[in-house]
Amino acid sequence: MSIFVDETTKVAVQGLTGSQGRFHGLRNRAYGTRIVAGVTPGKGGTDVEGVPVYDSVAEAVEREGVDATFVAVPPKAAPAAILQAAEAGVGLVVCITEHIPAKDEAHVAARLRRDFPATRLIGPNCPGIISPGKCNIGITSGDIALAGGPVGIVSRSGTLTYQALHELSQQGVGQTTCVGIGGDPVPGTTFVDVLEAFEADPETRAVMMIGEIGGEAEELAAEYIKTKMSKPVVAYIAGQTAPPGRKMGHAGAIVSGSRGTAQAKMDALAEAGVTVARNPTEAGELMVEIVRSLG
Amino acid sequence: MDLFEYQGKQYFARYGIPISPGEVADTVEEAVAAAERIGYPVVVKAQVQVGGRGKAGGVKLAADRPEVEVHAGNILGLDIKGHVVRRLWIEHATDIEKEYYASFTLDRAAKLHLAMVSARGGVDIEQVADEAPEAIARRHVNPLDGLSLADARALAEEAGLDPEALDGAAEVLVNLYRCYVEGDADLVEINPLVLSVEHRVHALDAKVTLDDDAAFRHPEWQEFEGTGEIDERERRAKERGLNYIGLDGTVGIIANGAGLAMSTLDVVNQVGGSAANFLDIGGGANADVMAAALEVINSDAKVRAILVNIFGGIVRCDEVARGILTALDRVELSSPIVLRLDGTNAKEAREIIAGRSSDKIISEPTMLSAARRAVEVAAAGLGTETVGGRS
Repeated sequence: MSIFVDETTKVAVQGLTGSQGRFHGLRNRAYGTRIVAGVTPGKGGTDVEGVPVYDSVAEAVEREGVDATFVAVPPKAAPAAILQAAEAGVGLVVCITEHIPAKDEAHVAARLRRDFPATRLIGPNCPGIISPGKCNIGITSGDIALAGGPVGIVSRSGTLTYQALHELSQQGVGQTTCVGIGGDPVPGTTFVDVLEAFEADPETRAVMMIGEIGGEAEELAAEYIKTKMSKPVVAYIAGQTAPPGRKMGHAGAIVSGSRGTAQAKMDALAEAGVTVARNPTEAGELMVEIVRSLG
Repeated sequence: MDLFEYQGKQYFARYGIPISPGEVADTVEEAVAAAERIGYPVVVKAQVQVGGRGKAGGVKLAADRPEVEVHAGNILGLDIKGHVVRRLWIEHATDIEKEYYASFTLDRAAKLHLAMVSARGGVDIEQVADEAPEAIARRHVNPLDGLSLADARALAEEAGLDPEALDGAAEVLVNLYRCYVEGDADLVEINPLVLSVEHRVHALDAKVTLDDDAAFRHPEWQEFEGTGEIDERERRAKERGLNYIGLDGTVGIIANGAGLAMSTLDVVNQVGGSAANFLDIGGGANADVMAAALEVINSDAKVRAILVNIFGGIVRCDEVARGILTALDRVELSSPIVLRLDGTNAKEAREIIAGRSSDKIISEPTMLSAARRAVEVAAAGLGTETVGGRS
């Protein structure tokens, strides 16, 4: 099994006619993802390499039976695009868009919570979700993932997600699902949400978690792991040498005062029984050892 | 973007938050002229983006013209924790009865805005939070509901503000929330928010951090451009559209992706080195971006080795390798470069690089080995002549 998506998931790409949407949407289709529609207001009736384009998500849902959307539109348009998908009853929205203002993200989160609790948002500013061999929504290169499990990956960072997939695949260790939750201050889906899903997924037998400085999402994950999780977890936290007060690329990656440091997160995770690695390579090696010991 | 106090106060004023009358001054003459217009006594305040300026002698009360001359002369050019004072804010002195604290920021875990108010202002709020967390009243604000005047008053009351301050504080809080939301700030903080002896509530300091991602809807922010304390290297990187942060070490870092760049800093540190910078060139990693990145790193005199750490996913490593070689044709490097290219087509990439390997271009297969090699090269010294050629 996989979490959140599988081989039956029907996906519409919001912004399929744009350069990012077209490039990644068609790559996702080439990977085997069921890309059934594109959505671009004003471009309804056209198609992109055979994928029909509709004016609204609601129309795409009605005509094609969409389960998930892939939001690949610019930051000004992304909040409305997410809410449009939620209003159309779509259960999963994956948004890769970077640089959405934090106030807009908070507004979207509040609207989803109050009006559309059945819709899960992954992102924004994330690489997306891939269940190797089944479904790839987002910008992850399918080549570096390996089907068959037993590892679940959840990560706040894009390239480190790829690094993690690659480290495991090189060693012949597959993944059930890899979820990039994104590096923004208000992610739709949190570490805890993904950990809960992995804990409930029978095929996932161990979890790799990649966090970074800023916020307290890793501490909350540690709390969850300590009290609720039975499966082994390996974690790596990026930004151990980051200076306070500077955003390290991601809007959410900032140490403010004494809060959000890598050390605090690593301590909390170690205390929760997580195997904490000092760098991504070590995380991969430790995970391979754990998987081999599971037999 | 962090605003200076004077900019923060001017930003507050747009949203109806009362501040003391004041003016900016860049010279002693301007400070005197400002003080004469404002009326004595005045406070001469250093404009730096670092805490603890009061203790460092950056805030002085001046009763008359000669005192303004002395204090302005002393404070301009003063080095406060590495920040040199270039600008002063001169404002009318306030007779303070009480000092409070008020702020809005995002509670990421709750995905809601968070108001914090305390009757214990004028001191470091993190210290208050550690010593007496109950002294800070906190309230989540749902962006769909906003903050009403009644809620704001209740919050001020809960925080233990004096009865005569409640109405004024409530109004400040409502306007501060507006400033935070409509003004697209990541943080607005007033410390201290004061109750004057005349029982007026107003902001005596201003800390505002703007959300750079919202700049597209704030043309008025242009006035803040170029006023910040920006590192010369960072200015140059920004001109080239690069995501760069200057640090103090000797290993220049180029990586694709913020997480990988952060991680590269960590690994360099773990093998005994120190990074000269954080530089994320994003997903593209083409020749133009690589050349721009190399130019910026090259201009940093402290750099003794350059570590390029690229993970190829959709961007294939062989394309990246060709881009690097093209970039190297365009930029004369003053330090050796260690390349780690991994991911899609990494083998082909290493073959391409091997054709050009020299003392100055070294290829390593893993992140750890590349970091070790870069740190060795940096430690080996000051010139490329001393670096042994291996590949």
